[in-house]
Amino acid sequence: MAVKITSENFKKEVLESEVPVIVDFWAAWCRPCMMLGPIIEEIAHEKEGEVKVGKVNVDEEGNLANQFRISSIPTVVLFKNGEVVSQVVGLLRKEDLLKRLGL
Amino acid sequence: MWDVIVVGGGPAGISAAVYLKRFRLDVSIIMKDRGTLARTEHIENYYGFPEPISGTDLFDRGIMQAKNMDIPIIQEEVLGIDYDDNFTLKTNQGEHRAKSVFLATGAHRVLLKAKGFKDFLGKGISYCAVCDGFLYRNKTIGVVGNGDFMREELEVLENFAKALYVFTNDQPLTTTIDSVPVISEPIVALEGQEHLERVVTDKQKYDIDALFIAMGTPSAADFALRMGAFIENNAIVVDENYMTNIPGLFAGGDCIGGWMQIAKAVDDGAKAAVAINKHLKKAAN
Repeated sequence: MAVKITSENFKKEVLESEVPVIVDFWAAWCRPCMMLGPIIEEIAHEKEGEVKVGKVNVDEEGNLANQFRISSIPTVVLFKNGEVVSQVVGLLRKEDLLKRLGL
Repeated sequence: MWDVIVVGGGPAGISAAVYLKRFRLDVSIIMKDRGTLARTEHIENYYGFPEPISGTDLFDRGIMQAKNMDIPIIQEEVLGIDYDDNFTLKTNQGEHRAKSVFLATGAHRVLLKAKGFKDFLGKGISYCAVCDGFLYRNKTIGVVGNGDFMREELEVLENFAKALYVFTNDQPLTTTIDSVPVISEPIVALEGQEHLERVVTDKQKYDIDALFIAMGTPSAADFALRMGAFIENNAIVVDENYMTNIPGLFAGGDCIGGWMQIAKAVDDGAKAAVAINKHLKKAAN
């Protein structure tokens, strides 16, 4: 299951995570985001223990979206040791998404 | 409700429509203009034409062929496609419903010929108001375009933006715009630090936070993007049956990438028609 990321738990869940974290910035009105949703859940399931998967709703968490200069959604960001290591914009198939993230 | 609406009247679209009609399906074609084919002056490598034929002539023969088979040709511009169990195609004239859709509009995606354009793609420049508009709420947004497609994007952005500008980029305005400043000067450059900050025309600079590109007619990839279909390098991703990840939405010809040849587009259309027929039969059972 993907974790819901908010500005309250962002530090603990993402920045201080012991494993890499994939964060999906999305919104309910964005069709491509809704298509990406199940793919993100699949990744969460398959990579359980190895990678953490989180979701940021940009409507509710505008500050987080601004902080990472998200200008197009869906955007998927990979964090390692609290730092952004890669970022992918747009709806992609699972294999392509993982490859572009470098996973 | 149509069984199938084909969007685009080029080689892939006509070929699909002809086969679909022979499968006794209710098919219509929605198209706006002759597209890329009309820009080809001499076609010398297509089967059955010992003398070169122009793209315009070949295109018109395709239309004639469809008309002779009683396939309705709807001369409208598709602005967007929505779907639930079926598809609703919104055009500049109204709406059309279909059980399945075949996208065959060709591959054009208009690039803005302005300095800095590529640098700010995804960093303030967007092709999709419903995808990205909300991220610029209470910001100043520019829209580049001069027709109904631009107005469609503008209507979405009006819900979010603090201020809006329309840039026609030296093209004549073919739609009516109220209460939004229309700038007709040619755009020469896009500027900013990491993110787009300014549109520079040959006369002055405009401070903006985002620029949405909606020039000309939306392409198949534009619809597909908004619907949540997979796109790769601006080509629609389809499976071996020419179906996208959205059930009932098919695509063929240049808009799925690959070899940009008439023979290939005709092949795509024929094969897609077979697959669409199977899909509709299966859905009916």
